[in-house]
Amino acid sequence: MMTPILSVRDLKVHFPVLGGVFSSKIGSVRAVDGVSLDIAPGETLGLVGESGCGKSTLGRAIVRLTDATAGSVSFDGRNITHTGPRGMRPLRKDLQMIFQDPVESLNARHSIREILEEPLIIHGVGNAASRAARVKELLDRVGLPASAQDRYPFEFSGGQRQRVGIARAIALKPKLIVCDEPVSALDVSVQSQVLNLLLELQREMGLSYLFIAHDLAVVKHISDRVAVMYLGKIVEMADAEEVYHRPKHAYTKALLSAIPEPEVNRDKKRILLEGDVPSPIDPPKGSAFGHRIRHHRYEETIGADLSLQELAPGHWVAADPCCLTPEDWALVSKEVPQLV
Amino acid sequence: MSEPLLQVRELITAFDTEAGLVRAVDQVSFEVAKGQTLGIVGESGCGKSVTAMSLIGLLPQPMGKILQGEVLFKGRDLTRLKNSEMRKIRGNEIGVIFQEPMTALNPVHRIGKQIAECFLLHKKVSKKKAWESAIEMLRLVKIPAPELRAMDYPHQLSGGMRQRVVIAMALACRPDLVIADEPTTALDVTVQAQILDLIKRLQGEMGMAVMLITHDLGVIAETCDEVVVMYAGRVVERAPAAELFARPLHAYTRGLLASIPRMDTPRKSILPVIPGMVAALRDFVPGCRFCQRMGRDGATLRERPPFIQVAPGHWVEACPICYAATEL
Repeated sequence: MMTPILSVRDLKVHFPVLGGVFSSKIGSVRAVDGVSLDIAPGETLGLVGESGCGKSTLGRAIVRLTDATAGSVSFDGRNITHTGPRGMRPLRKDLQMIFQDPVESLNARHSIREILEEPLIIHGVGNAASRAARVKELLDRVGLPASAQDRYPFEFSGGQRQRVGIARAIALKPKLIVCDEPVSALDVSVQSQVLNLLLELQREMGLSYLFIAHDLAVVKHISDRVAVMYLGKIVEMADAEEVYHRPKHAYTKALLSAIPEPEVNRDKKRILLEGDVPSPIDPPKGSAFGHRIRHHRYEETIGADLSLQELAPGHWVAADPCCLTPEDWALVSKEVPQLV
Repeated sequence: MSEPLLQVRELITAFDTEAGLVRAVDQVSFEVAKGQTLGIVGESGCGKSVTAMSLIGLLPQPMGKILQGEVLFKGRDLTRLKNSEMRKIRGNEIGVIFQEPMTALNPVHRIGKQIAECFLLHKKVSKKKAWESAIEMLRLVKIPAPELRAMDYPHQLSGGMRQRVVIAMALACRPDLVIADEPTTALDVTVQAQILDLIKRLQGEMGMAVMLITHDLGVIAETCDEVVVMYAGRVVERAPAAELFARPLHAYTRGLLASIPRMDTPRKSILPVIPGMVAALRDFVPGCRFCQRMGRDGATLRERPPFIQVAPGHWVEACPICYAATEL
């Protein structure tokens, strides 16, 4: 692998839970609980998981919108784990974010021109004339008419607003964009338009993406590699095709089988999970997923090291006896398979 | 097909806006057979939810009006009923499941009480009997420890559990028809699978018909017997599910199916797209609205295309451009 543009090591983001009479700390939400990943230049890493698994918090911690509790984030060779807002400012040029809801991430009182010009002004790019030309160029690139620049966010549909959000993110020609559920709020026909735009921009500009979403088909389509997150931890990470065709972790298998595909196939086998994702406030002590499926080996995982192991070249999976087939577990743990 | 349970004929629903009366549902017709699942699919603003609200008399008042059409449920025209009569049907013979369970549930009442209310309202039973029946319903929708959970308030439950409670309420009076408007959209994919499985299982046990409204063609494919595709207030195609997915005939249906990334779509390939977007309600043309989206002008925009049956049970809005007759 090339020198990664982004390198995350054992990142933890814990939020205090306040309670009691004096609002003292009574616990913590382990939103992100020991995540390591790399993204190569020009690569898309897809991050999937259900709500509350910590995927958005991870994205926000990477762009420094949330403070890390422990671990490190290195961007373009620099450790930015504790870089403050001022220190981040020159880096914002290279590290951008696209949000799920462009209604909330675009300032309603600014015209589209002001929204797109702002990053250029802050970073001292060009003069008034060249900035005006760049705004037009950006609008054209994301498929909006030049007349859009004098309008306001509320005048646009969800898909168009997301195009504005993308135009703003690429205005300074960044190296990495963290995309947090960028197409989840859009209609199907508009979703594919925005996905195509992201793919084209990546080809033209050599962008890297961290693409966070809950829709597995979308993530598979846009990603080179995919990481599956469950309750604050990555449980499986591999090449996108590998994850979808040869999933190893029981949670990944359940997620994949739950996707409704738009074709009539009544013989499809479903893995139906019981219950919900457990709360990150008081997570199970051992394997979180093993706990959810009440696996008989759950007790063994309490206090055990469940970190990712490379089961096949580039295919990483949590070393968790509850979530692997006995054969895979034997490979991971080098445990001698027992004859029963 | 046996005598349909629900027949919607030429329904027109309009909203009184500053720009005048605009038609959100424009002559929509379909049927739901006993015990069957009908899916209504379309993008936001296509009129699928307004159709559902028109059927059960829950249009926003005073703006929403049914201008024309019939909704025959077991032979009675629901559009002619008084509010008081409609209330006797809703929640009793027709159950309703909404997208957001938190708005469907009353936050200050215990869930057991809310379910028991359905029985008290429609079934003339004692309070004790109603409470017992409520617990029975919670057991039916697989809520663990129903006797204890019945004492909970909605906020104490997860999203999936809340949706189970809403389903329990919708099914409490053993309705003949359940209208489910995006019942799993707010849920995670593994929870969605649980809920769809639950609805399917209960349908098998109780024999009710389901009208499922969703934007998700995957959900439609997995659950429905028949599908109605809506675009811009109209039905553009209607067919048995297997037929629709194997042989979509309207350009909109085809475009929609082609634009969804699937597991076997070549990775990072440019997806086929439907260009443009749906016109604003007040700008709808009288003719083919998909031609309008595609930026065509000419005769097809002026006159409404006929809705024709091209194969048994397979209907399509036959715009000369958008209906791919050549493929037949």
